[in-house]
Amino acid sequence: MSKKVLIQATINGEEVEFLAEPRQSLLEVLREGLSLTGAKEGCNNGNCGACNVILDGALVNSCLVLAVEIQGRSLTTIEGIAGPQGLHPIQQKFLEHAALQCGYCTPGFIVAAKALFDQNPNPTEQEVRYWLAGNLCRCTGYDKIVRAVLDAAQAIGKIPVEEI
Amino acid sequence: MTANLRVEQTSAEEQKPAYRVIGTTPIRHDGTDKVTGRALYGADIRLPGMLYGAVLRSPHAHARIKSIDTSQAEALPGVRAVVTSADLPDLESKIAELGEGSINQRYQSCNILARDKVLYFGHPVAAVAAADPHLAEEALALIQVDYDVLPPVLDVNQAMQADAPILLEDLYTDELGKKSEHPSNIASHSQTRLGDIEKGFAEAAVIVEREFTTSMVHQGYIEPQNATALYNQDGQLTIWCSTQGAFGVRDQVASILQIPISKIRVVPMEIGGGFGGKIGIYLEPIAALLSRRSGHRPVKMSMKRSDVFAATGPTSGSTIRVKMGADQQGRITAAQAVLAYEAGAYPGSFVGAGMGVIFAPYRIEHVRTDGYDVVVNKPRTAAYRAPGGTNAAFACEVVIDELCEKLGIDPIEFRLLNGVRQGDRRADGVVYDRIGCLETLQAAREHPHYRAPLEGPFRGRGVASGYWGNYGGMSSASASINPDGTISLVEGSVDIGGTRTSLAMQLAEGLGVPAEAVRPVVADTDQVGYTEGTYGSRTTFATGLAVYELSQILKNKLVEHAARLWEVEPDQVNFAEGIFTCADKQMTLQDFAPQLPEPVVASAAVHATKWGASFATHIVDVEVDPETGKVTILRYTACQDVGKAVYPNYVEGQIQGGVAQGVGWGLNEEYLYDEKGRLVNASWLDYRMPVSLDLPMIDTVLVEVPNPGHPYGVRGVGEVPIVPPPAALANAIYRAVGVRMNVLPMSPGRIVAAIQSRAVHVPEKD
Repeated sequence: MSKKVLIQATINGEEVEFLAEPRQSLLEVLREGLSLTGAKEGCNNGNCGACNVILDGALVNSCLVLAVEIQGRSLTTIEGIAGPQGLHPIQQKFLEHAALQCGYCTPGFIVAAKALFDQNPNPTEQEVRYWLAGNLCRCTGYDKIVRAVLDAAQAIGKIPVEEI
Repeated sequence: MTANLRVEQTSAEEQKPAYRVIGTTPIRHDGTDKVTGRALYGADIRLPGMLYGAVLRSPHAHARIKSIDTSQAEALPGVRAVVTSADLPDLESKIAELGEGSINQRYQSCNILARDKVLYFGHPVAAVAAADPHLAEEALALIQVDYDVLPPVLDVNQAMQADAPILLEDLYTDELGKKSEHPSNIASHSQTRLGDIEKGFAEAAVIVEREFTTSMVHQGYIEPQNATALYNQDGQLTIWCSTQGAFGVRDQVASILQIPISKIRVVPMEIGGGFGGKIGIYLEPIAALLSRRSGHRPVKMSMKRSDVFAATGPTSGSTIRVKMGADQQGRITAAQAVLAYEAGAYPGSFVGAGMGVIFAPYRIEHVRTDGYDVVVNKPRTAAYRAPGGTNAAFACEVVIDELCEKLGIDPIEFRLLNGVRQGDRRADGVVYDRIGCLETLQAAREHPHYRAPLEGPFRGRGVASGYWGNYGGMSSASASINPDGTISLVEGSVDIGGTRTSLAMQLAEGLGVPAEAVRPVVADTDQVGYTEGTYGSRTTFATGLAVYELSQILKNKLVEHAARLWEVEPDQVNFAEGIFTCADKQMTLQDFAPQLPEPVVASAAVHATKWGASFATHIVDVEVDPETGKVTILRYTACQDVGKAVYPNYVEGQIQGGVAQGVGWGLNEEYLYDEKGRLVNASWLDYRMPVSLDLPMIDTVLVEVPNPGHPYGVRGVGEVPIVPPPAALANAIYRAVGVRMNVLPMSPGRIVAAIQSRAVHVPEKD
């Protein structure tokens, strides 16, 4: 077993310190170490997007990032998407549109949609489908997910920025 | 963007009731937990002192195990336990029901940990528990297994040859009820007959006979199998896992470990998809053995994706030969099919279901089907959404399309002419109750999609129908009235896609309260009566029946209490829409609940038998790139008889999800083995499931033909939507580029090859 490294990072707006082995993925440390189990393991090799997190503004698969790589960086996980006011509009629209069935892929999709809106607040259906092509869902056929994301973009457009 | 439609098909005799809650779209009760990442799935569990388990798997498709040496692994610091099949009881052969399908318990034990032979690449051989998952993996590498490698048998045709290597020395063919003299890879040959097949074909003006092959495909749930077990010092075993049915896990573990069911408690965690693949068990007994061996510590196990592909339930690849004849007017005169399904390493494919499905939408006087269940050196197959049905419908529906072409009849008109209705009897003996086969065909014919022009080169439109029988079975539930007038509902059906809410809505409807006034909880095996798993499209129907019973019991008890309060007879009290009335007196359930003199609780159990069958007709437009063979889906419409859509958003979702899986099966998905029987595409990069960019919006038409076997008309909706897509796509591809595809998947390479050899497949114009 290799020596553990002390990592300091910002996770969902809070300063966090933890120990990680160099071989541990960020996903493993989030789930087994920090009890942030919202990021899911579907494949552990970057094919399914269920473990999506936002690292310094970029959408990444946390299974493909080593925990030691987040030293000094800022991370948003599904647990950090809802604000103090309640659910994020993306989460609310997922519920209204029945955009989830088993719910296992849902955190990854919501994090991905958040990252999309951060750079393209008003995407077309094709842009949504292209962006979400890194996320696998086996239950829904994507129809209601795409509708929820498009509707969330509309809803966010109507909310003053400081309230999101 | 196009819209989803609902078509009420209530006939004059079937009075259409007005519902308050049924048919609405409340926010699902578990929704917030699932969009915030808070919902706890099996692998999210962490218990004090928990160890991590890992499984050593066979690198060979077929080999005899000469010896296993675990001593080095056991000596590795941090390793707490190592187990092999020697730790499992050596069971006698006995057939165990899984609910959807069945298995010989001896074979199931050998599938969980290989005993004498490994029968597929990825077959579990040994397992380790250690302080962390990486250490467990390191320990696996220290286990020495000495194999005597045998030649693998990789497809049904090879397996059925007389000189094929034998997988199971104790397996004899059940040949129409008689046992064969010699061991064989053919586990069974079964047959159904109706009328006189020779006479039927003699009456035909046109006969089409074709052979089809389909590849093994996986359910593709995103959550890998997982199980955490704590085998306590008192012999009490608790298992937390991802399963479609907690009671099924309890019963299977009891059988495999030979311990009483009363010693086992199974806690179903949230489940990340199942589609039939999480009915049978894999890790649960291993985790239990590791827990016992490691000093009674909890052990968590979770499969890697590559293990999920290599060793958990794909559905059968198959070879199907279909012959159908029709007269000049388009009436089907005879139909015959021979179906051979890969069971995988142990018997138990869904060929029987395939035999039932194959001609199910059509009234045919003369029918014969023969089915073969065949073992091959691939993982033991499991149920997959309408198991056995999609392969079969692909074969039949493509042959029908060819008959329509030869006769110059519109494919929907042809199906309407031949479509089944109430009272029709099938070759396998099934007699239909009130069904909506014709109604889905009419909905498809009337849909704007079917009449919309489809212009441009290499574009085509295809149609196909499908059937699934659905299921009922045993369910239990209990409920109690809370002092604030809400109702707690405790039920035993694992919620894979919104059934907490579709059940709560049925209770709410019965009591006249909003869906939000019911708080549904999925219980473990010690907390609720026996409930079969979430399979067979049964939950909203069968557990729904139990919940309906609850509403009636609660209603009667509440009315009695109200009568006592008002000092009248119960029959003088009316309770409707959540309000009690008697003469000029009135109160709501909310008013009354805090005044109840004693707790008002109810429990109900059902063995539901009048599930209604489902039919669907799908229309798809495609564009085929003749250079690359890529198929682009331009438009998709699925018309389905859904009985009564309790929770319509989620009914649409079931249909859309089934279509997406059917599209994957039709166009891309397949297990690829090398010549040694090693699975070479055990990742989602190489096993290509549809992503959002591969699909358009999927339009649904909810045709509502109420099931007379349920007070709200509910019939199963989840499975039939996977049945028509591959055939509809094949028929569309034919219209687009003139090639009749008879192989699944219709992947780009196969389509290009078919186009290039078109000389032998010239489409016949009418």
